Amino acid sequence: MAEMKEAPAGAPIGVKLMTWLDNRFPTMFVEYRKHMSEYYAPKNFNVWYFFGSLAMLVLVIQIVTGIFLTMHYKPDAANAFASVEYIMRDVPGGWIIRYMHSTGASAFFIVVYLHMYRGLIYGSYRKPRELVWIFGCAIFLCLMAEAFFGYLLPWGQMSYWGAQVIVNLFAAVPFIGPDLALLIRGDYVVGDATLNRFFAFHVIAVPLVLIGLVVAHILALHDVGSNNPDGVEIKAKKDARGIPLDGVPFHPYYTAHDTLGVSVFLIIFCAVMFFAPELGGYFLEYNNFIPADPLKTPPHIAPVWYFTPYYTILRATTDPMVNALCVIVALAALFNLVRGKASMAARVGLLIAAVVLIALMKYFDAKFWGVVLMGGAVMILFFLPWLDHSPVKSIRYRPGWHKLVFALFVVAFLILGYQGTQPAAPSGSLLERVSQLCTLIYFAFFLLMPWWSRLGTFRPVPDRVTFAGH
Amino acid sequence: MAESVADPARRNWVMITCGVGAVGGVATAVPFVASFTPSERAKAAGAPVEADVSGLKPGEKMVVEWRGKPVWILRRTPEQLASLKKTDAMVADPQSQRTQYPTPTYAKNEWRSIKPEYFIAVGICSHLGCSPSDKFVPGAQPSLPDDWPGGFLCPCHGSTFDLAGRVFKNKPAPDNLEVPPHMYLSDSKLLIGEDNKKA
Repeated sequence: MAEMKEAPAGAPIGVKLMTWLDNRFPTMFVEYRKHMSEYYAPKNFNVWYFFGSLAMLVLVIQIVTGIFLTMHYKPDAANAFASVEYIMRDVPGGWIIRYMHSTGASAFFIVVYLHMYRGLIYGSYRKPRELVWIFGCAIFLCLMAEAFFGYLLPWGQMSYWGAQVIVNLFAAVPFIGPDLALLIRGDYVVGDATLNRFFAFHVIAVPLVLIGLVVAHILALHDVGSNNPDGVEIKAKKDARGIPLDGVPFHPYYTAHDTLGVSVFLIIFCAVMFFAPELGGYFLEYNNFIPADPLKTPPHIAPVWYFTPYYTILRATTDPMVNALCVIVALAALFNLVRGKASMAARVGLLIAAVVLIALMKYFDAKFWGVVLMGGAVMILFFLPWLDHSPVKSIRYRPGWHKLVFALFVVAFLILGYQGTQPAAPSGSLLERVSQLCTLIYFAFFLLMPWWSRLGTFRPVPDRVTFAGH
Repeated sequence: MAESVADPARRNWVMITCGVGAVGGVATAVPFVASFTPSERAKAAGAPVEADVSGLKPGEKMVVEWRGKPVWILRRTPEQLASLKKTDAMVADPQSQRTQYPTPTYAKNEWRSIKPEYFIAVGICSHLGCSPSDKFVPGAQPSLPDDWPGGFLCPCHGSTFDLAGRVFKNKPAPDNLEVPPHMYLSDSKLLIGEDNKKA
């Protein structure tokens, strides 16, 4: 046993209590120092760095409001819709708890999209932070699952038909698809069994995984240290005590700093929650105030805004799009054969693989490839650390035209998102071509990154972070 | 500490124990995965349903529920039947040859039904399971081509079907609308979910 520490004689009761705790549960003190008072974060964080702590805040809001909602909600196809209306009308305070939860869902995605974009522009996924990024992508996936499962629970028309469409995505998988969809639904149609299991996933299974991943994300981050807008490794320059010269302790500096972000965020959050909880049909869709009717699809169905970019990619994948992809794969393989630097055998092998891929693309329905592209659009994020070959991390020191490439990607993503909220474009129309073009831009941004990210004249990265004291 | 010498016999036992333990662990998953499949009650709910079509006027559609899905019964007018000739060349699978949603043999024809007048189909799009809406009026209208012959439009992803539920070419939906097994019990009584012929 470790030696017992003694509080000095006549010490205040607080010091005695802390000494008592330190002798029995030192982990508490060690971890507090490691993650708060002696975690040195770069001092040049800008506004983009608010979104990590805001995501934590929204997670807490969602968990707390969720617990209270389950006390009144009934996961039963016959009672679910009415129980949500009961929460809204009869449960004291129920309406505000529910609006906190529904606004929190959209706020979560806003905050997380901005948090991911921050990582993208400052190269926060680059060595040695690959795992931080991968845990983050897994959190994003969990969040999507959580949002999808949760959206069925109010059992409105959008809940029902949204779930119907997404579960049928799995039915598009060749050979095992229909059985897989049956396994997910637990019935031949989306029904009571589906609602009940989605409730279980939403309130316990996915949140447990999510919390575990959040812990891994933060622990991995604190092991390697935070990146910053300059992409400079602050651990490279330390003072005599081994503390990074450009680092400040997380507590009290960044706890105070983040309090500002939290205050601004809560002002906006409350404004939406009190004055526009439906936000014009984007946060709560109007069709979802109609109880689920398995016999009638609403005339216009669209997922909630945070899924729309991926939904548009799904819709854009029609036969002409698959043909275009076949041509692109063929051209890429031929270009590699003629100009590639790998061995002849590897290049021919790639050509054969491309031919097989094209054959598969024509053999399976466009519907399946739509699902593959939609899933691929999310999964490709996991590979970002190995796609980016830029010699600098931060966008600040990249060539000017790289900023245009990022801008093009953002614009394409926003167009995809907007189109997903609109009714399906008629086939062959200009609008459909735009969505297909934006899909290609989305994938080209990532798949061509190994090439474009190393081109151009990069500016020299300073040794120390750029920081102007206030 | 003494130099540890691996005892091969013990190591084999450790390996065997781990192997057997792993098999047991995997076997434990069986009841959990099984609990995801449809329950006996859900399976029993798939009984055939009867429908009375005597009140249906030409050009009208009725919907009955079978296995929780909407089944359409459309009484087509002669003009609507004539439009199927026109769409033969525009649809992806005019004779319903594809096998993903097998069409019963008695509906493997241009009009996809037993009696040409009555069209019976599951009103679920073969793309991602939305229920298409009626667009029976021919001609130009939003989301539809200008030479629209009349049919159905899926609101989710824009697939269009003609009045025999045949999907138009180059649409997200790969298949024609499913024709459920069905038979006539009398001139005006339909049984949906069962037939007396081999499909």
